[in-house]
Amino acid sequence: MAEELLRKTFEIRGRDFDKAGETAGGIKEILTEIGVGSSLIHRAVVIAFEAEMNVVMYAAEGTFTFVFTDEEIKLEIADKGPGIEDLDLALTEGFTTATDKMREMGFGFGMGLPNIKKNADVFNIESEVGAGTTVSATVRLDSSA
Amino acid sequence: MKLAEIKDVLRCEVLTGEDSLAMEVETVVASDGMSEILAFAHPGALMITGLTNVQSVRTADIANVRAMIYIRGKRPGDKAIELARKSNIPILATSVGMFDACGILRELGLKGGM
Ligand SMILES: Nc1ncnc2c1ncn2[C@@H]1O[C@H](COP(=O)(O)OP(=O)(O)OP(=O)(O)O)[C@@H](O)[C@H]1O
Ligand SMILES: [Mg+2]
Repeated sequence: MAEELLRKTFEIRGRDFDKAGETAGGIKEILTEIGVGSSLIHRAVVIAFEAEMNVVMYAAEGTFTFVFTDEEIKLEIADKGPGIEDLDLALTEGFTTATDKMREMGFGFGMGLPNIKKNADVFNIESEVGAGTTVSATVRLDSSA
Repeated sequence: MKLAEIKDVLRCEVLTGEDSLAMEVETVVASDGMSEILAFAHPGALMITGLTNVQSVRTADIANVRAMIYIRGKRPGDKAIELARKSNIPILATSVGMFDACGILRELGLKGGM
């Protein structure tokens, strides 16, 4: 069994673009302090940032759980929001429902979920329309790029 | 290529990181799309963008970008500059547009992500 070494939760508020990215920034600091290798940090933090931004852009609120074990970095982002009707479509690169305003801010390229999937060793997404979405991603400490 | 040389050829103003101009960069990522930068930036790249919100610096930090240039005369706000200072990412600003900035730097030997 993997031994859990650190667990932290963060609240994310939907539409709060000023604070958007602070959770991912905090996770980068934690992992840097622990001394995890830079490519693992990079992958975990890209996942964290994309998932956090999706909560900010699409949901009302979300809870971000970060778990560090002696084997892996686990990230779970559960939101209360509109949910996703067609998960396959949402995971397709380029698909987006972002507004013009979000696009002006540099988001809405339909690359977030594909980026998350690409950087995770284990990836899972569950969604219920009208209730919310949960993204789980794992980066194994013994994995490379 | 040294950041100081890039500053000179693009006639940049330094918004933060004046003391880091001796740093070297070899690759560049240029985009107004944050996810695109996260997907394609090489660690240690120079980031060229026209997006000036706090997330542009956040994205740079997460992508391990070494330095940033804002183009088209765009200026980031105080919060963005403050975050860049905290993250030790120098910020330059030029009035040159995206195409010309990239073209000039490419001619001088900087590489993209391909
Ligand atoms: N947490 C979520 N709640 C509701 N819908 C979501 C959520 N996350 C993603 N989606 C839907 O899936 C689509 C694709 O998401 P993805 O992150 O891949 O791209 P994007 O957010 O549109 O653009 P980018 O990530 O490039 O800024 C979104 O446009 C949105 O419709
Ligand atoms: Mg997204």
